[in-house]
Amino acid sequence: MLDEQHITTAALTEEDVRRIVQTELGRDTGPRTAAFIASKGTLDWAYPPLILGTTAAASGMDASIFFTFYGLNIIHKDFERLLKVSPLGNPAMPMPVPMPNLVLGLPGMGPMATQMMKAKFRGKHVAGIGELLESASDLGVRLIACQMTMDVFGYEQDDFIDGVEFAGAAAFLAEARKAHVTLFV
Amino acid sequence: MSQMQIQETQALDARGLLCPMPVIKTAKAMKELAPGEVLKLTATDRGSIADIPAWAESTGNEVIEWHEEGDAIVFFLRKGA
Repeated sequence: MLDEQHITTAALTEEDVRRIVQTELGRDTGPRTAAFIASKGTLDWAYPPLILGTTAAASGMDASIFFTFYGLNIIHKDFERLLKVSPLGNPAMPMPVPMPNLVLGLPGMGPMATQMMKAKFRGKHVAGIGELLESASDLGVRLIACQMTMDVFGYEQDDFIDGVEFAGAAAFLAEARKAHVTLFV
Repeated sequence: MSQMQIQETQALDARGLLCPMPVIKTAKAMKELAPGEVLKLTATDRGSIADIPAWAESTGNEVIEWHEEGDAIVFFLRKGA
């Protein structure tokens, strides 16, 4: 808080005022919050919301991730099997040899690409999805499943990992309206 | 870079880990320290050169010194009040 006595008794120069305002603006006045939406259910897109959510919490922010549509895969108990990656329609995906879409559509290409990506990540010591989910839980990141898409896809609350909360758009917005960082992934 | 003699309270080996794990593990390790105590962090993630100071700034901790040792980056972090 400003020192009122200081202000009323001393003559402040413009520089003093500037300094005081700078200090007050720079001071962290309360907890920062971050609210993320995870809407994609592939292995590659599972990473950004989990990385940002855990890092936000590790940086002292109140973090929450709202999982909707295919993003529900990420917090499903069976995430290891559900999270896949497909080279089909993804020209940016590095392949050992260039392959036309016709070949990429053949049976077995999807699982192969998924195994390739998992092996590559493991080889580089990138944290697995399970490890990131564990970190999220350790750090107190709120994991919220979208009730509407759960109902559409026929998921039960028991289908999800421990600690998941269930809510809708209004609950997300209640978090997001006071958040300093919001991202849709 | 000048090499000071800094005595760490705890050491954390985050070599081989990539983003975000060096930051996550650092945050966890710093939780165990008292204000003023020092964590020595060793990492090989090149991103940590930017990430660790950024993390320290947003959490009120201080990077007292950092340097490279071969492939590794060594940080000395002082816990803020």
